[in-house]
Amino acid sequence: MFWNAFIIALREIRRNITRSFLTVVGIVIGVAAVVTMVTLGRGATQVVKAQISNLGSNLLILRPGQGWWQNAPRFSKADVQAIRDQVSGIRALAPFANANAPAVSLEHVRNTDIQGTTPEYFQIANWKLGMGRFFNDTEVLEGASVCVIGDTIRKELFGKDVDPTGMKIRCKSMSLEVIGVTAVKGQGGFGDDLDDNIITPITTLQRRLTGRGSKQNINQVMISGLDGYPTAYIVADVSSLMRERRGLAPNEDNNFSVFDSLQLADAISSSTKVMTSLLGAVAGVSLLVGGIGIMNIMLVSVTERTREIGIRLAIGARAREVLLQFLVEAVTLSCVGGIAGIVLAYALCSGLAKVVGAPFLFDPKINLIAFVFSAAIGIIFGFMPARRAAGLDPIDALRHE
Amino acid sequence: MIPEALIELRGLSKTYGAGDAAFKALRGVDLRITSGEFVAVMGPSGSGKSTLMNLLGCLDTPTSGNYFYQGIPVESLNKDQRSLIRRHALGFIFQGFNLLARTSALENVELPLLYRGYSRKQRHLLAREALASVGIPEKERNTPGELSGGQQQRVAIARAIVTNPNTLFADEPTGNLDSSTTREIMELLRRLNSQRGISIIMVTHENDVASYARRIVHVRDGLIESDTIQSSVSSHH
Repeated sequence: MFWNAFIIALREIRRNITRSFLTVVGIVIGVAAVVTMVTLGRGATQVVKAQISNLGSNLLILRPGQGWWQNAPRFSKADVQAIRDQVSGIRALAPFANANAPAVSLEHVRNTDIQGTTPEYFQIANWKLGMGRFFNDTEVLEGASVCVIGDTIRKELFGKDVDPTGMKIRCKSMSLEVIGVTAVKGQGGFGDDLDDNIITPITTLQRRLTGRGSKQNINQVMISGLDGYPTAYIVADVSSLMRERRGLAPNEDNNFSVFDSLQLADAISSSTKVMTSLLGAVAGVSLLVGGIGIMNIMLVSVTERTREIGIRLAIGARAREVLLQFLVEAVTLSCVGGIAGIVLAYALCSGLAKVVGAPFLFDPKINLIAFVFSAAIGIIFGFMPARRAAGLDPIDALRHE
Repeated sequence: MIPEALIELRGLSKTYGAGDAAFKALRGVDLRITSGEFVAVMGPSGSGKSTLMNLLGCLDTPTSGNYFYQGIPVESLNKDQRSLIRRHALGFIFQGFNLLARTSALENVELPLLYRGYSRKQRHLLAREALASVGIPEKERNTPGELSGGQQQRVAIARAIVTNPNTLFADEPTGNLDSSTTREIMELLRRLNSQRGISIIMVTHENDVASYARRIVHVRDGLIESDTIQSSVSSHH
């Protein structure tokens, strides 16, 4: 009985293809909008997560002051050593200092970020080696004039296909020998270029570039936690240790902050998810409107086909068969619209993904939900017109104009 | 031996509306039709002949009285059951042909078979047979818009007989046709009646058309005024 109803419904749709098209346009647009928004949103979330994980997982950053840019006493070598000795669950830790300065090679100049740290930093921040080598502990002890550069620096200061190991870069008053190039990382979670930096031993940076001076001139400590060890514990331990070392009274706020990159990633991705859901809901409203469109057109269709319904009833169609016919018509229409919407979404996503810069992640689950939803719309909004058709009296219907 | 009645009406009445607005379309009709008859029902408008046809065709239920179709008390059937009788035992043709527009003749004719659940192959076979028996097998792909009035009525007749019903109800079947086409259609109906034994009950207001039937029933004011069997039935060459 369903198959027959399906055949009859298909014939009816074919009979008036223009009207059928106009009926489903609302559904097509609604489905296309919802699927596109949700797919692109998920893609964007993935991108952000990937970018942040590029920084290194389980990464904690200890900085002076509340917030990222506050002024407050910096950390000393002794502070770093204390953390290493007294806090458990740490895989690696590195002091970090940076300064912005022009870097000069034989032929080019470029303002860049000069970072001073220890060899553990490369592991913590997930740097892989592109060419040459990283510097070692001895070089840190000596304050050797060496540096590891990012790929962007390599391209800008030396040339796209040049291997710069052995060559020299001059920063302010000192000359650094390039001993290695990091592998390409790309964009950071905040849109910054991660390959645009020069990494040198922290002692070198302190002595030569920022000037010797107070013992406290480390402006960041980067900590990498052991896998599986709750970063919350490390945060708590580091915080209490720092409070003690910086002599804070129990009622005083911290004059430092511990940032957890993982929490940062989750925060960003969850806000993106909220945005995506909101956009999806708005698009969902248009689906609803599409459903109302179906209902209206089906009602008009029933009125126009009153005579025909009379014929079917006279020939011996039962009321429920007429109901089924119109219901199947509505559902077929909405499902065809749903499929067309998904195809349209596919095309839109391929195009827009390039513009937005988000990858296009095809998720069959979303498409299935969208399809089921459009079928449901057909059933819900097609029911009333179908019931009206089934309730017609054959004699009156046959007499209808 | 009295042949068993195909149709038996006893005191059949139909009233529309209620109270002061009540209109008694039929006021207690008794009628007996045996299998294989060709009956013409005539009468002025408002006489109740349309109401009578609707009741006989199981399209409507009487207010009171009995209607036995092959012994089945139709007045006690529900809507679904009446649909089934129409599906299996009855065929209908109308003045306005009532074919599905933009649909081929073949698809029009096979429509009742779709509701009967026949397979595609079977439907096509029976539909083609029906079209052949009404004389237009070559028109199976044409839509009503591409057919003349006479041809459309033939398609309608084919649709009406494709399920092999035992009774055909015709409501002014030649009302929209010219006189020569009228003759053709009436000849076809007479042939179906005599060769296939299909009982035909036809409403008409034209005497010429009525003369093709063997029996003429006159209805006036909701009652049967006269019921005569013709000695000779009209036939033209």
